[in-house]
Amino acid sequence: MYIIIVGGGRVGYYLAKALLEEGHEVLIVEKSAAVCDVINDDLGSVCIRGDGCEASLLTQIGTARADIFVAVTGDDEDNLISCQVAKRKFKVPRTIARVRNPRNEGLFRVLGIDVAISATNLILEQIAEEVPTHPLVHLHAIRDKGLEIVDLKINTGSPVIGKTVKDVKMPEKTLLLLLIRKAQQPIIPDGNTTLAADDQVIALVDPNLEADLRKAFRGG
Amino acid sequence: MNVIIMGCGRVGARLASQLEKSGNQVTVIDLDPNAFRRLPTDFKGNALVGNGADATMLRRANIQTADAFIALTQGDNRNIMAAQIAKDIFKVKRVVCRIYDPLRQEMYAEMGLESLSPTIVFADMLQNMVEGKK
Repeated sequence: MYIIIVGGGRVGYYLAKALLEEGHEVLIVEKSAAVCDVINDDLGSVCIRGDGCEASLLTQIGTARADIFVAVTGDDEDNLISCQVAKRKFKVPRTIARVRNPRNEGLFRVLGIDVAISATNLILEQIAEEVPTHPLVHLHAIRDKGLEIVDLKINTGSPVIGKTVKDVKMPEKTLLLLLIRKAQQPIIPDGNTTLAADDQVIALVDPNLEADLRKAFRGG
Repeated sequence: MNVIIMGCGRVGARLASQLEKSGNQVTVIDLDPNAFRRLPTDFKGNALVGNGADATMLRRANIQTADAFIALTQGDNRNIMAAQIAKDIFKVKRVVCRIYDPLRQEMYAEMGLESLSPTIVFADMLQNMVEGKK
């Protein structure tokens, strides 16, 4: 695949390196000449100096035939605009933007970027997962269907302990997919499965109703 | 009218002052508190320090009740992003955006973003002056 990366900082550099190792055709666009030189010395001639928002440069590097366009500069505005130019003017099928301000993640999607990634949010989620009392952890988002898969931990004191699944009041469309109990084979729970303390449940939920699910399992 | 101007440079400050004098409620946003010195001393509108390309900041500027939003910072991309937030998220009726780069201005104009390129306007004016046209 032909992949264009805007921004030759640490993220851009290591992304390019990984993609090159997988055999993809990669081109980095970077504003700073000094950074360009370092990348070209290290990775071979894969970096061009210029502004990744400028249509003339993007024409020159064949953006129209790119399969993926990734913008990972340190500037949210630049990442948004270069992805929009790639999408609108060059019809790149998949645009991915890095977001510095976590609040811009949703905004970028509304403004037509296919994938917006906030490192801050990713790190927050990772840390939350490591906090043992944290009742709900995001595992995967199925964005186009408006669903997500979450990991629920049933802590001591949770109102669901001792209840069967059908007696737990859960938000609409919630599905409990898997029940993991210490030292036992994981099972697929049904309405008659009784929940216990320290159980771990993998569930499918509408992200908008996630707070209700959290409440049902945590109580209060 | 309730108008928000992002960017208190020469153009932003002058426009703010003119709009206020003609009876509009004006709010100016700029990252640099020093920029507000460009406003006339009798300016009665609001001056807010912050990033106008941030939805939270725009809410603080009461964008929900704004009739117009004008993006006039030095950065084309910042202007475009803020203008899109105003238009697509907050549904402000009139959004105008300054884009220096003519190519970028053309593309966003095609996408329906009302914008002006001072580069094009000024070059055309100068050409007309030099060639003696009116």
